[in-house]
Amino acid sequence: MTQTEWDRDAVTEVIEQKKSMPGALLPILHGIQDRIGFIPEDAVPQIAKALNLSRAEVHGVISFYHYFRTTPPGKRTIHLCRAESCQAMNSEALEAHIKARLGIDYHETTADGAFSLEPVYCLGNCACSPSMMIGHEVHGRVTPQSFDAIINELREFAA
Amino acid sequence: MTTVYVPRDSSALGLGAERVAGAIQMEAAKRNLPIDLVRNGSHGLYWLEPLVEVATPAGRVAYGPVQPGDVAGLFDAGFLEGKAHPLCMGPTEEIPYLKNQERLTFARVGITDPVSLDDYLAHDGYRGLRNALGLDPAAIVEEVTASGLRGRGGAAFPTGIKWKTVLNTPADQKYIVCNADEGDSGTFSDRMIMEGDPFVLIEGMTIAGLAVGATQGYIYLRVEYPHAEIALNQAIEAALEAGYLGDDILGSGKRFHLEVRLGAGAYVCGEETALLESLEGKRGMVRFKPPLPAIEGLFGQPTVINNVISLASVPIILDKGGKYYADYGMGRSRGTLPLQLAGNVKRPGLIEKAFGMTLRELLYDYGGGSASGRPIRAVQVGGPLGSFMPESQFDTPLDYEAFSAIWAVLGHGGVVVFDDTVDMAKMARYAMEFCAIESCGKCTPCRIGSTRGVEVIDRIIDDQDRAKNLALLRDLGDTMLAGSLCALGGMTPYPVLSALNHFPEDFGEKSVAQVA
Repeated sequence: MTQTEWDRDAVTEVIEQKKSMPGALLPILHGIQDRIGFIPEDAVPQIAKALNLSRAEVHGVISFYHYFRTTPPGKRTIHLCRAESCQAMNSEALEAHIKARLGIDYHETTADGAFSLEPVYCLGNCACSPSMMIGHEVHGRVTPQSFDAIINELREFAA
Repeated sequence: MTTVYVPRDSSALGLGAERVAGAIQMEAAKRNLPIDLVRNGSHGLYWLEPLVEVATPAGRVAYGPVQPGDVAGLFDAGFLEGKAHPLCMGPTEEIPYLKNQERLTFARVGITDPVSLDDYLAHDGYRGLRNALGLDPAAIVEEVTASGLRGRGGAAFPTGIKWKTVLNTPADQKYIVCNADEGDSGTFSDRMIMEGDPFVLIEGMTIAGLAVGATQGYIYLRVEYPHAEIALNQAIEAALEAGYLGDDILGSGKRFHLEVRLGAGAYVCGEETALLESLEGKRGMVRFKPPLPAIEGLFGQPTVINNVISLASVPIILDKGGKYYADYGMGRSRGTLPLQLAGNVKRPGLIEKAFGMTLRELLYDYGGGSASGRPIRAVQVGGPLGSFMPESQFDTPLDYEAFSAIWAVLGHGGVVVFDDTVDMAKMARYAMEFCAIESCGKCTPCRIGSTRGVEVIDRIIDDQDRAKNLALLRDLGDTMLAGSLCALGGMTPYPVLSALNHFPEDFGEKSVAQVA
């Protein structure tokens, strides 16, 4: 398996900044993912050493939480809500449309690296179901048509 | 200068509020009309969002739902003077959906600029804290006990009793932890408070700190709420700067610090002991109780852990007195509950009312029936672990005891509406699948039972040995109910078995089964 290149200085900086916080592991993992988009598996020994934990413990925490990822994401991550309120408003049809449109399943990234797709269990936008979040932007009452428009706009913006 | 309000609430933003705000500013500049644009929270009338308001001498006038393309027309119609327009809803506070509510916890949400401390103070903010500073800790706890406030996170445990335990447990360090891991589908009241009036949560946590002798607080916030994180941090900074937080609260010599910590997408971390593990930097695995978190909580120290709405209800109790709060409600459910109406409903939104209204009033008087115009067939109340309720139960009053009497859960007050196209066997399967995905893995019935549960429901749907598999599903439900440490495994049978009991036809059963 080839190693993905990542910014070692950024990771070191985050660890140094946060390691003395009480319960520092989650803040460190968030800090790393915020900076470089994922948590590289070969950063685990360094995190473990800084916090005096075993590598297994750190790995256990990373793999426990759905939000943390160990591979680089696409340019933008689409979080699509799968919860009940969205289901009551046809999110299943929307989900099928999105997967077909992007040509990927959950936890995958489009071939051009533009979008990753992740399921999410509730964005707290239930009064405007179905919902998705791209980056930090929530979108409500999403239809296949409005999804296409949003994606096209983002693709144009990126080009 | 006219004040115009456009919400910064994430749901309103998700419907285009940012572009509306931009369009209003551009149009005002173009016409040389000076305006003061305030980004308020949402009133919770999501069927009218983005809801734009204009301050007039006669009060605020509402227009909604406003899209960027409507803005020029609104200016043409003279909306800055509150004049008529097809989108005009009249005075905001006279809209029946809002007017008929009893807003105690949400009194300021939608009205104020959420991150303006001056605005908070101008609307009775920090009066509760000022009163609390004049009381000794036991008297603060007594006031909360007298209010009858019970945890608004789901388990409904009396808040005053929890606080008293922490107060009476000696320790060098105690903590206040706010459970802001609102992960239940159909609930958004925590998010609305944190985005729309973060100071009320900060004030509630500060009062809790004074009450039990805790000097450090943590808000454990779900990562899915980035806008709430921004608003909370802005408000914490403003409170710190003005001396409402810090080493010497308003010159009293009392100390309280507050920090926001992010979760990482694990539903089980909404369970209080799993949340504490997560705050300590571990996997969010449920702890055995006892010891109670009130005695050995965060980092082994006595800890008050309460939900956002519980803590945000404390300032008004300390401002107006426990009795004032307790005068709302019915039976042992005192005060108000912010109900959240979502899913397939015409007028979704937040409705804060005293306990006791019926589900039917909520669904039809407020909600206006289904969004699709088809009959409402089922509602799920209290999140993904709540029972599905059929039409025959819609006259149940919204009260903790009335719900538990019919094997349903009021929980956090989230209500998700489904029309008659819903397939209840599929919903039951989803509930099991959700448990399988989100189980922390500590208890066998939850970890393995949920995976086996999905398989059993699949066989029922496929009509393989249906009678045998239905019996197996009920047996599995009993095991999970009795054999799980926390509500995730222990309550997943609620949606599954209620779906089976009330909608047997969707499972290929002809006769109505008995309630478990």
